[in-house]
Amino acid sequence: MAKLQGMAKKDARSTAIAATVFLFPAVALLIVYMVYPIIDTFLISRLKWNGFYTAEKINVGWDNWIALFNDQLFWNAFLHNVILMVCSILIQIPLGLLLATFLDAGGRKTNIFKIIWFLPYLMSSVAVAFLFYYLLATSGGLISGIATLLSGKRTMVDLLGSSPQALYAVIGVIAWQYTPFYMVYFIAGYSNIDVSLYEAAVIDGANRRQYLFKVAIPLLGPIFKTACTMSLIGSLKYFDLIWNMTQGGPSGGTELMATYMYKMSFQKFNMGYGSAVAGGMFILITVIALLFQKVFVVKEDY
Amino acid sequence: MAKIVNPQHEKIKSRIAWGIAITLAIIWVVVTLGPFVFMVLNSFRDKKMMGRQGVLHFPDPWYFQNYPDVINNGFFGFFFRSVIIVSISLVLMLIISSFAAYPLARMKFKLRGFLYAGIVAMMSVPMHVTLIPVYQMTNSMGLTNNLFSLLGPYVAFALPMAVFILTGFMMTIPSEMEEAAVIDGCNKYNMFFRIILPLSKAGLSTLAIYNAVGMWNEFAFANTFLTDIRVKTLPLALGAFKGEHSQDTPLILTVLTLSALPTIILFIFFQDKLVKGMMAGAVKG
Repeated sequence: MAKLQGMAKKDARSTAIAATVFLFPAVALLIVYMVYPIIDTFLISRLKWNGFYTAEKINVGWDNWIALFNDQLFWNAFLHNVILMVCSILIQIPLGLLLATFLDAGGRKTNIFKIIWFLPYLMSSVAVAFLFYYLLATSGGLISGIATLLSGKRTMVDLLGSSPQALYAVIGVIAWQYTPFYMVYFIAGYSNIDVSLYEAAVIDGANRRQYLFKVAIPLLGPIFKTACTMSLIGSLKYFDLIWNMTQGGPSGGTELMATYMYKMSFQKFNMGYGSAVAGGMFILITVIALLFQKVFVVKEDY
Repeated sequence: MAKIVNPQHEKIKSRIAWGIAITLAIIWVVVTLGPFVFMVLNSFRDKKMMGRQGVLHFPDPWYFQNYPDVINNGFFGFFFRSVIIVSISLVLMLIISSFAAYPLARMKFKLRGFLYAGIVAMMSVPMHVTLIPVYQMTNSMGLTNNLFSLLGPYVAFALPMAVFILTGFMMTIPSEMEEAAVIDGCNKYNMFFRIILPLSKAGLSTLAIYNAVGMWNEFAFANTFLTDIRVKTLPLALGAFKGEHSQDTPLILTVLTLSALPTIILFIFFQDKLVKGMMAGAVKG
């Protein structure tokens, strides 16, 4: 008996050793590149520091955070993030569902549509940013070109040059890029629905449309929740496209939290304040994501 | 009294509905393809002709010099640096994440729940909240303007989701396999390399595609760490070319076309695999 217990103990120890060996590289990397930097960001946010080693680091306490709290530019950026978030959810997800429904109903013969519609998602955000920067340009841009053609005289459409059009132009570009993602996501959702449910609905006398609205779309419920969560978090930390297309301009019209943070830290070299912006962004994203989860869970329980 | 449905009438109605659907579908095709057509068409134009001809005309004459101009100006340098950093990061990430997923999925030990929850929670950490400290760290390690400074961030930021997916994947492997291996005298280390890892191939290939695309397109870390044009990766090539030739729209559109090409070619060959791989990020919920 004692021998058996000893063996069990030995086994538990060897398991613990094996687990440690296998987990060590991942845990070490995550501590070095995620846990420590997050803590350090909050520590740096209490400094006045330009980021150079030799430069003096002055402890300013909560000054950066107080400044952040009163910073109209930051809250404007946050507002843009929220507008982007709402528009993304209201445009990309319904549009993605519509395209997926068409492909699901059309079957094989609509495959060519699927291939073409997916293309924008293959481009990197940087590439999309540059492409639309030139496409929306006042001279030599596609939109201005079409406007010239339609009006018969040389017309310049300046979408990125002034607020608030610039923000909505950017939102349109983001919808162009990300709608295919939700489309494919909903296609996967449709294909996961058991064929027998369709057969049962048909036996019960349902037509295609009734099956779609009464059976298929309600079954996609959990997928909607995930899609919205992804869109929400993605919109709140959005960066690449805006940075390459407008750098937050014109005069802050498309500024987001992430671009503001980047500007403060790596253009103005105010690392302390940049860290406070990053920290504020982190807190806001976490709170909104948790609130969203909570609201949705309650809704699902009815 | 039941309402009598005229089948002929229903047929016409559904045909109209289909007609509307096809029309809308074609409109979306135009919206999708328009920018691509603009990009490719204008890359074959001389910059002087862009203003004169207007963007809606075919290039006249077609101008092919932009492509050699871009390629001879270091385009392949950007390309190969991206290939190198993405492939090394990818291999390391796959090894480390499958190492980590194995004990989380197949062993019982004290901190298991805590570690799993912690790693999963890191999936939604925005990179900006780590950027300044990681940048400082990179500088203090003497890795300023070194391509390999991206290795750590790329691997670390891909890990949480990879561990999450692989753990789920490895949990579905039947335990009879393991029991049989134990009887054959297999220890925990051999078990991983002989049984678990080979059985996780499907999960690993999906993750490889998803992360390859993500790392290939990564911008923010690269833009912060690499300021010297001789070490920049492909996503930074656009900015670099624009900095030198800001007025030459056709040239920039050529760089765009060339840098979009690899993913589009891959897509044509591995359509389903790529879509599946890119969707891997969606299983989070």
